[in-house]
Amino acid sequence: MVTADKSENIQVLTRRDFVSDQEVRWCPGCGDYSILAQTQRVMPDLGIPRENIVFISGIGCSSRLPYYMNTYGFHSIHGRAPTIATGLKSARPELSVWVITGDGDALSIGGNHILHLMRRNVDLQVVLHNNEIYGLTKGQYSPTSPLSKVTYSSPLGSIDWPLRPLAVALGAEATFVARSLDVDPHHMVETLGRAAGHRGTSFVEIYQNCNIYNNGAFEDFTAKDVRADRMIFLKHGEPMIFGKNADKGIRINGLKPEVVELGKDGITEKDILVHDETIEDPTIAFMLSRMDYPDYPVPVGVLRAVKRPTYDGLLEEQLAQAVGGKEHDINELFRQGDIWEVE
Amino acid sequence: MTTLTREEADSDIVDIDRVTIRFAGDSGDGMQLTGTQFTKTSAVFGNDISTVPDIPAEIRAPQGSLPGVSAFQVSFSSYDIYTPGDRPDVLVAMNPAALKVHLPDLPKGGMVIVNSDEFNETNLKKAGYTVNPLQDGSLQAYRLFEVPIGTLNSRALADTGLSAQEIDRSKNMFALGLMFWMYSRQLDVTIKYIEERFGRRNPQVAEANVKTLKAGYNYGETTEMFAQHYHVPKAKLKPGVYRNVTGNEATAMGFLAASKLAGRPLFYGSYPITPASDVLHALAGFKRFGVKTFQAEDEIAAIGSAIGASFGGLLGMTGTSGPGIALKSEAIGLAVMVELPLVVIDVQRSGPSTGIPTKTEQGDLLQCMFGRNSVAPVAIVAPSTSSDCFEMAIEAWRIAIKYRTPVIFLSDLYLGVGSEPWLIPDINDLPKMEPNFATDPSTFKAYERDPETLARPWAIPGTPGLEHRIGGLEKANITGNVNYEAENHDLMTRLRFEKIERIANDIPEVEVFGDEDGGDLLVLGWGSTYGVNHTAVQRARTAGKSVSQAHLRHLNPFPKNLGDVLKRFRKVLIPENNMGQLTLLVRGKYLVDAEGLHRVTGRPFTISEVEEKILEMVD
Repeated sequence: MVTADKSENIQVLTRRDFVSDQEVRWCPGCGDYSILAQTQRVMPDLGIPRENIVFISGIGCSSRLPYYMNTYGFHSIHGRAPTIATGLKSARPELSVWVITGDGDALSIGGNHILHLMRRNVDLQVVLHNNEIYGLTKGQYSPTSPLSKVTYSSPLGSIDWPLRPLAVALGAEATFVARSLDVDPHHMVETLGRAAGHRGTSFVEIYQNCNIYNNGAFEDFTAKDVRADRMIFLKHGEPMIFGKNADKGIRINGLKPEVVELGKDGITEKDILVHDETIEDPTIAFMLSRMDYPDYPVPVGVLRAVKRPTYDGLLEEQLAQAVGGKEHDINELFRQGDIWEVE
Repeated sequence: MTTLTREEADSDIVDIDRVTIRFAGDSGDGMQLTGTQFTKTSAVFGNDISTVPDIPAEIRAPQGSLPGVSAFQVSFSSYDIYTPGDRPDVLVAMNPAALKVHLPDLPKGGMVIVNSDEFNETNLKKAGYTVNPLQDGSLQAYRLFEVPIGTLNSRALADTGLSAQEIDRSKNMFALGLMFWMYSRQLDVTIKYIEERFGRRNPQVAEANVKTLKAGYNYGETTEMFAQHYHVPKAKLKPGVYRNVTGNEATAMGFLAASKLAGRPLFYGSYPITPASDVLHALAGFKRFGVKTFQAEDEIAAIGSAIGASFGGLLGMTGTSGPGIALKSEAIGLAVMVELPLVVIDVQRSGPSTGIPTKTEQGDLLQCMFGRNSVAPVAIVAPSTSSDCFEMAIEAWRIAIKYRTPVIFLSDLYLGVGSEPWLIPDINDLPKMEPNFATDPSTFKAYERDPETLARPWAIPGTPGLEHRIGGLEKANITGNVNYEAENHDLMTRLRFEKIERIANDIPEVEVFGDEDGGDLLVLGWGSTYGVNHTAVQRARTAGKSVSQAHLRHLNPFPKNLGDVLKRFRKVLIPENNMGQLTLLVRGKYLVDAEGLHRVTGRPFTISEVEEKILEMVD
């Protein structure tokens, strides 16, 4: 990526320019290392000067990420990064703002704020590291942990029914909803790049392995040898075909998605659902968000990418209209209403 | 224009120097409008004025019920007044419920004007009267005037073509017209208001309102019910151009002014809460000045957005009441740790918890001083009158910007909704403020401090070469990197603490009204007790007592000379609408045996309450 800095020298930024001087302190083997590396890798391709990029996080292992990015960063308080990001983006709409969060930070304490961020469609990117556990506080269950999960705070198994981050995002009217996985670097780079390119709140869930407190949470379907058969890599405009031999597909049967085999029972590619990111109606995207292993292949990629005015865009528009290109007189405001003079 | 000059008036005009009127009626009766119109008219005439509304907590309680009573008290005078009056001289009661609720406050001999039409069996029952007070002699001790306001109003508007409901809704204007006559006021301010408010949308209603206003005035003039009416001459105010202003209005304009003076746009993140919502409404109406307002999903999002805006280099601020401060505590702590400029408005109301949303109190001082985990000091400023809100708003930003710190602007409901004349300043005469953003990468260190103020640089995103990370974790001195070392944490805690203490070098010393060299008693206050304390001390001094007054507008840090001043007096009295918060701070910091006077009624002190305590302490 090439940018011009203030002295008009052409600057070529690389991934290394985005690596900060801080020692990375995540546990060896943590999925966050990979997410960090791909996040750094995406930055040069944005075409944005480094000083205009801001990473804002809450609390959690994921939320340590800003310290490792050589950009402006704000490691804030638990669940509240969306609020700070909304204020920053509303104040400075020209900045590229990234909210880094986790399943606990965004969906437990931060549930309220993440909802409103998405419905407002503030033009920024949310990257949710979902490891289905509370890692930083050492192994309690989270709002995405499965029922019956045994943890330090649920020795007899969790009795909490879990949330699906993508389903929540769709319910909150998010205009861009996507999922990726820490073990597929190329997919992450592509997905994060798409997220950055979308005008509006881009919500990206990344399956992240916490090897200390919840090792292998996604391995059943993300492991290299089974991935092709147990996951589906969505591509806009292409039929939802998956499988090592590209012999399985998804079609809608009544109101449900159904896995079918190509070539069997007369099923051809024509019967397979074609992925369309741009449909206004989120029904199919919602179905995709609820497709779990083992009943379905787990979808990754961009589920939805629709256009809607952004909060920051509308704010600027409204303000510009009110200001009307004039300098308004504050003294006139002071003198509004009934005034009188004492001599 | 209808004017009553002294020459044209009939000979039964009595000159008096002060009158306090309380208008009271059902919340649908327009008492707030009536009160504010009377206030404006008096202000424009040239009286000094002071007001306090008394609004019901419900939006619409059942008609005619006791909880539905809404009142507005206005005191106007020919000399400097500092409060809206302990007790009214006149009670205008538009229905039995209003009479029931407010009569106890009227001294014997006071005037009661009732809308006799409303004193029917149904309304009397709703107000809890078993017998009609107009007939059972219970009002003998007062000067009672029964005026069939409803009937007279209907008659005046009989041929306007309006519906019975619309006609009934204008009866407050009849009452207002009558009161204008009673106190020799002009009608033109209100006529202008009616024309501006209704003239275009609904000229029929506008015409009707003007008609009944005049009818009320003429009724006073023609009827023989009122043997006397009154004239309150103009007050001697400092020369200049004035307008009436409520504390919340002054607050909004003050913060707008601050943004102009600092050359940075204002960002206000807020969540509606009584009694602070008006500040949000006012600022939302200032878009033409580039003010960005954000109605957040909750109190925490409101302050979060403000912190984000300040991080971005705007003047990020938020506003709320007591319960909202509680919600914002964690985020205020974050702002302390990241050392960003931030202003938080607290318009205090009665608590604890939801408390009484439409009543006043001073209960949040200690919450603002200490309500965060660990050692997280913030500066606190407190306006002392409604118009002082303007100046202290600017002062809040002056401190926040210069010291890179959160500042709490501690107001209260009484100041916020009460009003008084405001000497209008010229924005060009007010001192500018410099954000002094960091720009030089070669010398930039995120937590390197100014040697005098201990403030760190304000380095905003978009500035090349200054990329850095801030956050809630403890950080190393100078570099700002995350750091958990023991000695560093002690050092940083002390630096943050000392930074706030040093603000004392930069704020005015506290002044003494009375005997600067000392005396028997010092009455010390903060916030809205100013007017009451001042008047009580004035009266005590007139009676020859060795009493003085001091009032704090900076509560953290205190002015440098406060300790010295306190020690010059044998006793210190601190009247507070709480259970002793400034008292605790003063005793703790200065080892002075200050005594508190505490009332937590939801109303301000009366002058006589403070006066009584003063006399008790000096005799």
